[in-house]
Amino acid sequence: MSFLDYAPAPESTAILNLRENYGLFIGGEFVEGHGTPFSTISPATEKHIAQIANADASDVDAAVAAARRAYDRTWSKMSGSDRGKYLFRIARLVQERARELAVAESLDNGKPIKESRDVDIPLVAAWFFYYAGWADKLDYAGLGPAPRALGVAAQVIPWNFPLLMLAWKIAPALAAGNTVVIKPAETTPLTALIFAEILQQADLPPGVVNIITGAGDTGQALVNHTDVNKVAFTGSTAVGRAIARSTAGSGKKLTLELGGKAANIVFDDAPIDQAIEGIVNGIFFNQGHVCCAGSRLLVQENIHDEVVSRLKSRMSTLRVGDPLDKNTDVGAINSRAQLDRIRELSNVGVDEGAERWSPACELPDAGFWFAPTIFTGVSTSHRIARDEIFGPVLSILTFRTPAEAIAKANNTPYGLSAGIWSDKGSRILGVADKLRAGVVWANTFNQFDPSSPFGGYKESGYGREGGRHGLTAYLESSGWTAPALTKGARK
Amino acid sequence: MSHLTVPKTFKLYIGGKFPRSESGRVYEVVTAKGAFLANAAKASRKDARDAVVAARSAVSGWAGATGYNRGQVLYRIAELLEGRRAQFVDEIRRSEGVSESAASAQVDAAIDVWVWYAGWADKYVQVAGNGNPVSGPYFNVSTPEATGVVAIIAPQESSLLGLVSVIAPALVSGNTVVVIASEASPLSAISLGEVLATSDVPGGVVNILTGSAAEIAPWLASHADVNALDLAGAGDLDWVDLQIAAAETLKRVLPPEVGIAAPSVERVTFFTETKTVWHTKGLI
Amino acid sequence: MTATKNNALASAERAVELIGGDLTEKSLRLHLEGLPGVDAVGLEARAVSLGTRSIKTTSKAWALDKIIELIDLTTLEGADTPGKVRSLVAKAMTPDAGDLSTPRVAAVCVYGDMVADAVAALGSAHSAGRDDGINVAAVATAFPSGRASLAVKLVDTTDAVSAGADEIDMVIDRGAFLAGHYGRVFDQIVAVKEACRRDDGTYAHLKVILETGELTTYDNVRRASWLAILAGGDFIKTSTGKVAPAATLPVTLLMLQVVGDWYRLTGEKIGVKPAGGIRTSKDAIKYLVTVAETVGEEWLQPHLFRFGASSLLNDVLLQRQKLSTGRYSGPDYVTMD
Repeated sequence: MSFLDYAPAPESTAILNLRENYGLFIGGEFVEGHGTPFSTISPATEKHIAQIANADASDVDAAVAAARRAYDRTWSKMSGSDRGKYLFRIARLVQERARELAVAESLDNGKPIKESRDVDIPLVAAWFFYYAGWADKLDYAGLGPAPRALGVAAQVIPWNFPLLMLAWKIAPALAAGNTVVIKPAETTPLTALIFAEILQQADLPPGVVNIITGAGDTGQALVNHTDVNKVAFTGSTAVGRAIARSTAGSGKKLTLELGGKAANIVFDDAPIDQAIEGIVNGIFFNQGHVCCAGSRLLVQENIHDEVVSRLKSRMSTLRVGDPLDKNTDVGAINSRAQLDRIRELSNVGVDEGAERWSPACELPDAGFWFAPTIFTGVSTSHRIARDEIFGPVLSILTFRTPAEAIAKANNTPYGLSAGIWSDKGSRILGVADKLRAGVVWANTFNQFDPSSPFGGYKESGYGREGGRHGLTAYLESSGWTAPALTKGARK
Repeated sequence: MSHLTVPKTFKLYIGGKFPRSESGRVYEVVTAKGAFLANAAKASRKDARDAVVAARSAVSGWAGATGYNRGQVLYRIAELLEGRRAQFVDEIRRSEGVSESAASAQVDAAIDVWVWYAGWADKYVQVAGNGNPVSGPYFNVSTPEATGVVAIIAPQESSLLGLVSVIAPALVSGNTVVVIASEASPLSAISLGEVLATSDVPGGVVNILTGSAAEIAPWLASHADVNALDLAGAGDLDWVDLQIAAAETLKRVLPPEVGIAAPSVERVTFFTETKTVWHTKGLI
Repeated sequence: MTATKNNALASAERAVELIGGDLTEKSLRLHLEGLPGVDAVGLEARAVSLGTRSIKTTSKAWALDKIIELIDLTTLEGADTPGKVRSLVAKAMTPDAGDLSTPRVAAVCVYGDMVADAVAALGSAHSAGRDDGINVAAVATAFPSGRASLAVKLVDTTDAVSAGADEIDMVIDRGAFLAGHYGRVFDQIVAVKEACRRDDGTYAHLKVILETGELTTYDNVRRASWLAILAGGDFIKTSTGKVAPAATLPVTLLMLQVVGDWYRLTGEKIGVKPAGGIRTSKDAIKYLVTVAETVGEEWLQPHLFRFGASSLLNDVLLQRQKLSTGRYSGPDYVTMD
């Protein structure tokens, strides 16, 4: 018997208390949606989990109206310290129900329970704790005394970190005094709906947060609603562009957190074993469904063969399988659509002449699966060096000098993140200075913290989430003569 | 015998030089009462294209300079503006038709705005950036840096103060600028170019186009090598279309304003990108 | 300032192969200082991640038995007596009198002057050169401090070998290492290895204790690991158990990485022994996972991996009892050693 074939170690789903049908969460209650309900499934088994309501335009109206009412009558009149106390309550409830939320997240999203338990859910709680404390200290946010909330925020979030992206959106918005209408991704609504129950337990005033499930058209209706003051979107660059166009001239403040094709740069003096971990973490964490994934490895040419050899050895110990098994490292791909896209781009990589390799992997029959994959012999002109694959696929390129590494790293319309691996401090800081990326990780990767601003340069979007900067995205200065011309959205 | 004046030719200011428009076009600049003042160059889309090229090539030097250095350069510009007050007062008087004291007040204000912004060059990072207390063994700091090339449509009513109010803040962090001056009152813009050319500002850091904003702005708004768009003076244009065009490359866009905005550090930081660097911390 | 003495080092096959015939203090130093650095945060994070593996049911049962088979059951007290050694040996041979299916440990580990007592107590259970049976490991070379002349350290070694020790756990000269005298450290290991030679030409197996708690930095541990291997060690061992911190998961992971690198380079397999501070089965299982996922399962054998432990054995037995009976056990149901 091989010890490395660890016996199954499943996390039980008995902790869940799911409903058969979920409504829309508007005005503090679950109400029926008027669109056609849809099913949410487990991407690991393709089995149905629950029936989800679909918000049509009238539902979006109702949700925005509820948010507006709550803003005008309650939330904008409440003291910052009281707003903070609600956020503290939410943080505590998330901690109390952490195990339940982690199981639900892995079930609905496909990510390993190890990740939802150790990364996603703890960060969710931390995000609410962090912003809770800001609510009565807005004078120190850097916008001068008494900055003002914007009003009603429309928020659309992606499927890759469902509850964490919800926390990134809601926590700062509420701390700054805004009310919210948020649309979870179509394939991952579950934890948002459990979160709605948490809001009820926290006794949050009705309408302060409204959660409306649906697909692309729900999001579009929400973002384009005339009674919304702020739009925050995380998702693909293509949709981000469309939102920037459709909100032009509306007076709505907009922040976007879009795609990336980050360079993970490994110099020949890198702490080699940790660099290998960083490469693996950079692209295989969360099945590579990460906007800031280190999807391009830029390795110094003189250590290329050694790094690839070590990387392959390390990848051979990655366990792909049941997201609810505690030993799983790489879970399921979130949807068939995403799986098709990953497969298509991987085929492109082969056609372009790069060399493809995956460790031997037994993939289950049902569900959406893709083995961790690397491509060697990739050049900057290859599509797989430029297009975001959003899956567990790494493109490996080489460089000769620090200047060349920087040039290749920056040679993209994206600019979300980057990694630098070297034992030389001056080189790390020197290279960090020159990288056109909003987040630079040195001798580490995929680190997140509610106090640390996250966001992109160029086509990876604008605005920051996390930290003091993330707060200011939901405020306007009382002192600054704000641009006065709009097509007309009322405050 | 009275002196016969030598009228000035007003050309564009691109890459540190004063070229005519490549289109060869000019347009009449008249006084508030309609009398002929000068023929100003009427910039074409190719001039705009060349200006962006010049601006892009100047970014690494200007953004790479220390804050102290940029602050000194910007302060010197204020010194030169002060030295040339009479010229600017005269141009404003003739172009806008205002009194000597009103023109003088505008020049005073423009110089003071410039000095105010110059002082931010080595400080805005301290106000807009900060260390972040992450819960792990990491050094973590967020710093704003220049976004790159900023295209600006200057306020159309004011010749000097409006222009200065939009150019100076963009320069503070190291951005380079392509600005479309006021169509009706472009003379101060070109005189400002002369000031810049004789200061220590590297060529390409500021590029001034005179002519029709309606014609030129769309080319800048859609240009993929422009990082940000300031629509301050675009209120009378189809500015929403400009914003939509800018969305194609996710440019950072400031919507139009009524009048001239008061100086603010927010105008500096709007044209910056915040970079957050994490670094492991260990003893062993 | 005097120039660094550039002495030729005592020859050790591996070092000569790797560095070249001109093996000097200088060439050795250049090699060691050219090794890749270690990022502590990343190394420790990887260790934590390996520690989250959930080893249940059949995997757990296998792991518990394997741990026992890899234990060097140890007593290293000034107060050790022949009686104490006899008691330890009895425990080594019959860890759980209530369950005779329990495997035996790999070795007993005692001070050099107690070897004869250990050999006598083992009787026919002593491996004495066979593949099965229980080995006798002796600490030597002025354990634990290593602060004595080379001559004294060598006699300490030859005494233990003549008394019947199958394995020698030596300590490196940490003072010399921290002062940068790598050549001296190297030469001592080579000499001790030679002192392990028996009259019949066979050698006692040499484990080289780095005392990682005194080397402190991971970079030093990497260098010392390489040095010990180049000088001829069969095993690299973390600690004497007399200094804190003793064995830790990150330090052991690092040493396994070195051993993996050596294997990749030469095809030769070196053993690793974490010692001191591993008291629970839960912790020991983390080490098994770390070995398997770093260098592979074939290292989970007594000739390539050992736990230097005393109280660990009883915790494993308690876990074993829970697995077989279904209920939690207690200290009254395991024997003292």
